[in-house]
Amino acid sequence: MIVRIATENQYRLPEEDADRLNELDNEAVSAVDAGDEPRFQAIFEQMLNIVRTDGELLGDDDLEESDVILPPPDLSFEEASGEFTGDGLIPD
Amino acid sequence: MAGMGGRMSTVIKAKISKLLDKAEDPSETLEYSYQKQMELLQNVKKGVADVVTSKKRLQLQANKLEQQVVKLDTQARQALAAGREDLARVALERKQFAQQELQSLDGQVAELETQQAALVEKEQKLRSKLEQFRTKKEVIKAQYSAAEAQVKISEAATGVGEEMADVGLAMQRAMDKTENMRARANAMDELEASGAFDDNLTLTPGQDDLDRELAELTSGNQVDDDLARLKAELGTGDTPAPGQLGAGEGGAEGKPQEGTP
Repeated sequence: MIVRIATENQYRLPEEDADRLNELDNEAVSAVDAGDEPRFQAIFEQMLNIVRTDGELLGDDDLEESDVILPPPDLSFEEASGEFTGDGLIPD
Repeated sequence: MAGMGGRMSTVIKAKISKLLDKAEDPSETLEYSYQKQMELLQNVKKGVADVVTSKKRLQLQANKLEQQVVKLDTQARQALAAGREDLARVALERKQFAQQELQSLDGQVAELETQQAALVEKEQKLRSKLEQFRTKKEVIKAQYSAAEAQVKISEAATGVGEEMADVGLAMQRAMDKTENMRARANAMDELEASGAFDDNLTLTPGQDDLDRELAELTSGNQVDDDLARLKAELGTGDTPAPGQLGAGEGGAEGKPQEGTP
């Protein structure tokens, strides 16, 4: 599985991590819905950690498409609360 | 993934396909992507230059503030020695304010440095991917049938397109942050021009809005502590100090180096 941390790097992760990441991803969304910023930050941090520690950095000569793209690590809670839809976070 | 990662992936993929759909056949796609990437590289360079400019400006402001902190401390000392506790208090309030601003500026400069390094790294990465893409397209054209080549080329174009979208995102975030800091730097210039960091302490406390504002911004306790420390150092204190000269130093942890008494 190829995972990109937006504005950073692309990583190759073992398939087993997909479930764990998916679970955390859902938890992060529910934390955002609940307006629980500290919990969101903790979960998001955990997701980034899994990718950074378990993942193998993709080389610059790899031109692969990511299966999953995580938002930028400096994502603010306001942005997480719904800014990254439409044109909000990605420029043309 | 249905959550954040999924949403983010969807948005990026939509951007890439929008980008690639503009061309119809694979070689056109390649040329188009290549051209887009070159434009983007120029933008990244401009982004880095903007970050550097903002950083320099903030560093200049930080230097000015450092001088102000030293000056205000000296002024407070002089005011106290002359028996003007009211003036000393104003000076110390301003010193606290300047110190807070300084701390926040230092943080911003550090952040800009990180941004700058990250952008440079992203630029290099995009450059190598671009180079890889250019080589690969020739290899693909030479080795595969037209139909296969089309598939392979689309894959490679998508990979590079993703990197492009990502560099674009990194750049936009860096520029937004730089813009915020620029606005803040402008606000500080205005504050300075309005006399908040005047060379001479001509205002008396409570006399104008600025003083009230300053008093709100600063912690009264810190100013009281500072005042007590100065009194102790000058030996004019009505507050009983544990020692004589230099007694306040132990309690001044976390504060910048004091001037020589």
